Amino acid sequence: MTRNHVTLKVANNKVRDTGNSFMTTFTDPPTESFRLSMLLNDTRYRSGTMQAIAAILLALALFYLYSNLSANLKAAGLNISFDFLGSPAGYDINQTLVDYNSQSSNLQAAIVGILNTLLVASLACITATVFGVLAGVLRLSNNWLVRKLMAFYVEIFRNIPVLIWVIIIFTIMTAVLPGPREFRGDNATSSMFLDLFAFTNRGVYTPGPQFTNGFGGAIDWLLVIAVLLASLFATRAVAASADRKQAETGVRPKTLWVNLAIWFVPVIVLLTILGLTWEVPELKGFNFKGGIKIGGPLIALWFALSIYTGAFIAENVRAGIQAVSKGQTEAASALGLRSNRVMSLVVLPQALRVIIPPLISQYLNITKNSSLAIAVGYADITATLGGITLNQTGRAIECILLLMLFYLVISLVISAVMNVYNNAMKLKER
Amino acid sequence: MSDTHAQSVAFVRDTAIPPSPAPANAAGPVKWMRDNLFATWANALLTVAAIYVIFLVLSATLPWIFGGLWTTSSLAECREVLQGRSAACFSVLTDRWNQLLFGFKYPVDLYWRPTVAFVLLFVAAAPVLFFDLPRKLLIVTALYPFIAYYLIWGGTIWAPLFALAGFGVGYYVYSHLVHRSFAIGFFGGIAAAIIAWVVGSYLTGALASETPFLEAVPSRDMGGFMLNMMLGVTCVSLSLPIGIALALGRQSSMPLIKWICVVFIEFIRGVPLITLLFVANVMLAYFFPPGSGVDLFLRVVIMITMFSSAYIAEVIRGGLAALPKGQYEAADSLGLDYPQAMRLIILPQALKISIPGIVNIAVGLFKDTTLVSVISMFDLVGMIRGPILASTDWNGVYWELLGFAALLFFVVCYGISQYSQWLERRLATDHR
Amino acid sequence: MKKSVIFGALTVAGLAAGAAAAGTLDDVKARGKLNCGVTTGLVGFAAPDANGEWKGFDVAVCRAVAAGVLGDATAVEFVPTTGKTRFTALASGEIDMLARNTTWTFSRDVDLKFDFVGVNYYDGQGFMVPKDLGVSSAKDLDGATVCIQTGTTTELNLADFFRANNISYEPVPIETNAEAQQQYLAGACDVYTTDASGLAATRATFEDPAGHTLLPEIISKEPLGPLVRHGDSEWGDVVRWTLNALITAEELGVSSANVGEMAASTNNPEIARLLGTEGTLGEMLGLDADWAKRAIETQGNYGEIFAKNIGEETPIGLARGLNSQWTDGGLLYSPPFR
Repeated sequence: MTRNHVTLKVANNKVRDTGNSFMTTFTDPPTESFRLSMLLNDTRYRSGTMQAIAAILLALALFYLYSNLSANLKAAGLNISFDFLGSPAGYDINQTLVDYNSQSSNLQAAIVGILNTLLVASLACITATVFGVLAGVLRLSNNWLVRKLMAFYVEIFRNIPVLIWVIIIFTIMTAVLPGPREFRGDNATSSMFLDLFAFTNRGVYTPGPQFTNGFGGAIDWLLVIAVLLASLFATRAVAASADRKQAETGVRPKTLWVNLAIWFVPVIVLLTILGLTWEVPELKGFNFKGGIKIGGPLIALWFALSIYTGAFIAENVRAGIQAVSKGQTEAASALGLRSNRVMSLVVLPQALRVIIPPLISQYLNITKNSSLAIAVGYADITATLGGITLNQTGRAIECILLLMLFYLVISLVISAVMNVYNNAMKLKER
Repeated sequence: MSDTHAQSVAFVRDTAIPPSPAPANAAGPVKWMRDNLFATWANALLTVAAIYVIFLVLSATLPWIFGGLWTTSSLAECREVLQGRSAACFSVLTDRWNQLLFGFKYPVDLYWRPTVAFVLLFVAAAPVLFFDLPRKLLIVTALYPFIAYYLIWGGTIWAPLFALAGFGVGYYVYSHLVHRSFAIGFFGGIAAAIIAWVVGSYLTGALASETPFLEAVPSRDMGGFMLNMMLGVTCVSLSLPIGIALALGRQSSMPLIKWICVVFIEFIRGVPLITLLFVANVMLAYFFPPGSGVDLFLRVVIMITMFSSAYIAEVIRGGLAALPKGQYEAADSLGLDYPQAMRLIILPQALKISIPGIVNIAVGLFKDTTLVSVISMFDLVGMIRGPILASTDWNGVYWELLGFAALLFFVVCYGISQYSQWLERRLATDHR
Repeated sequence: MKKSVIFGALTVAGLAAGAAAAGTLDDVKARGKLNCGVTTGLVGFAAPDANGEWKGFDVAVCRAVAAGVLGDATAVEFVPTTGKTRFTALASGEIDMLARNTTWTFSRDVDLKFDFVGVNYYDGQGFMVPKDLGVSSAKDLDGATVCIQTGTTTELNLADFFRANNISYEPVPIETNAEAQQQYLAGACDVYTTDASGLAATRATFEDPAGHTLLPEIISKEPLGPLVRHGDSEWGDVVRWTLNALITAEELGVSSANVGEMAASTNNPEIARLLGTEGTLGEMLGLDADWAKRAIETQGNYGEIFAKNIGEETPIGLARGLNSQWTDGGLLYSPPFR
């Protein structure tokens, strides 16, 4: 093989090497006769041969699997059909973000599951980042005890399976927090926190906002979001004008109060107009009623995912901060920047370039690990489509294909975001 | 000089005064504490808060642990002895010790077999993990899979022997053909091995005695922590070669091969392991020939191996990308063809860079083997959530069991990750 | 494992064209073992004991079939299945029969292509509540949080019941019995619902069983029975008539204690046909004459199996109720052996 490769190069230089018969055919292209061994030995054909072999093998494998599948299904008298998605699901789900009842279709149950997956994943991403950044920074603290404590946290969570953590935290929640029954009666053993929040082992009940003279439905909330977005753009404009002024005069105008006003005044005015009141949860019958309920399984899964992934993020953060060389900090100080400006203008932008890619893959892990909802009874996509729907309809292949498709789409979207970010942040080499 | 002043000074010290200890607040533990615990006000507050947290945790757990009972035979008996006191009931661990480690079906009198296999695992893994050990030990590593298979599953000895022979035949053919071309050698070797296995499996059927020396144990009877170890070790070792192939395929210049590898890797990495296990459990059976009855263990091994090989491929791809381009060019300019360049120049370096990443994947994979409990396999977590907690005797013992499982995993995973850090340090010095 | 790989390669070579579909009965006989799907652990019905031996009511059905077909009640490979995996396990041939408290419903029988061969336990979905909750009827459960053990038709029945009575509830679906009961005991749910037999079995393991009551409402019909693949009637007949033999044995007063004596000296023609001393019933099934005798000898008749595993003498303490013989006002009515 080696010799052929070498001789090929020599051949191109039109140098004769009569010792190799293959050589002679090569130096004389018009009389070259095609031989079968060239398919494997000649670099011109080899890649084609390899790919042809691969294509044939792939086709054979796929055909083999498909023929087995159809033979098995035929033997069992089954067929592949997605009709079940349209038929009523027949079961109830306790935590839904959209309207759903037991008469809704299996497809709607799957959508409820998808939204629940996205809900717990996004909540966990936020808190995991908070935990991770906190622990990562504290691991670099001057305080020996805190440093060791954080190292302990990171090691203990990284080295124990997340399934065990989910179960442990769910068990702690149900065992330690009181049931609603204990809030009842004159000599209740538990009471509501500040008379506003109830922490029970069924979940946490918090006051919920209500609009007394709103338009009803989602319109009120859309209005609030619109106002907040407007505020965001307004503050961006303020910052831009401050930048301009700084470039002209060298003095940056103070924008703090203006920004605060832009953020808060319009929202408060709008909320007052809509007549915002808070509905406080109350113990009625078996459960607390009113306000917002965050279910126990959601909390357990959310907390377990964030504290587990937080340990991984902490390591990323630590590595990112340590990756910025000390000279950068010193150089920035030498330029006369104050320590918070050093952090925000010099260290963080460089550390973030190291931190963000692994951070996003941790977000991806959170989304995938949220499928452990099945262990705590949280109605995510794995528990609805891949759980009860699968159990009740027996459509295993269809359900699991849809399930994988969903996770695949999510992860492809996240990967695409990551690629865009990486390209934007790539060190521009000039 | 000294003479003139000899009389004017009453005493001249001719030895050094022993250094007096530093003031109490500038040395020793006090200084250490001032520097490390109470450097600033904020720091001191943090310290106090940390001490308070530690106190809270320890005061809750220590009495519970040390007051624990080890010898009762059921939770009810524990409660009777404790009389309402809060303490652990570790008796569940002593009572169900074997079930936690080996599952509830593995024959009791055969426990020595997996134990021996477990001990041998260290011997087999040592030469891979520590480069200083004599290379001859690698023979043990190469033989280990067959020995371990024979020990754990038992049955006829011909099955592992013929499997080994297949590898031997494959290697023999490869080494005789490789001088003609790597591809011929490689594919010839594989073909020869497959022929040897097919022949071997017929012979195995013919030679297998009714009463084998080691009683056969079906893989459905495996369970407990043993199952986690088996899945972890098997899948990681199987996924290494597949991962290397996938990584090379992804870097290949042949579009079709590259495309196949990319789709495979991205697909596997895009879905949670749980869904792949569902596939193993409820779908994969439909993809095998009717009536072949491939058992659940094998199906799970296939899926987990696919899973981990995709991740390992990405780690190795990182290693390949980290190599300077000059290495590839140098290999080319020496006239090495692709397989030679990979075998002799690129892979040894790329793999070395990737080892810490691979170890991380291995740890993650080992932790993920607990997920098989979701698909009704009785691994350590499955034993706890299933038969043990469901039994009348131990219904309601959560902390002791979960804590035990957590401890077991922590010991193994922490050990591996410490090894990986040690390795990283060692490899780092090599690069300088 | 390597062996299975080799066999896998073999099957690739040998069976690629599609296997000749032999009957399950022949497969079982050739294998010498019966693969029987059971639950992953429900005390009384199917659960491994401290020594890893499977014990229980459903397990006894598997063993009776194995005794009848193979002559050895221990030649059973128990395959634990979850609610999710049981149907695939059966459809794909991983197990020969499923004896896992599975409700006989129209869609399972018709759409999923299984054959329910009979009913070994007439069950119904019930509710368990703590006594101090002061609830006496399921209709009082408006707004309650309900723990459900998923798997059978539980979720659907529950939704139907609450919708029919126009009351609200919050479902908490839990996969395993152990975790559901942990939730229930910690007060994270007010009510625990699953099949009444399962509730009784669960209550039996509580620290204070007397502190919990089963509500009178039984909200569904749950005929639980063994099932086999559709289209293999010979095998379906073997399982069906093994179950019927156990039931008939109780009706005719044949028990594990007196079966030997009965076989030798009975002058009741039906007993003689059942035990194979008269007629050729076993041969018609493709078995030998003693198949039913062996099943009864090793496992006892239906009444004995019931009493040993879930009867009133056991911690589970279920009354016969609907599961009495038709002569005692129950629903057990085996077709005649002739």
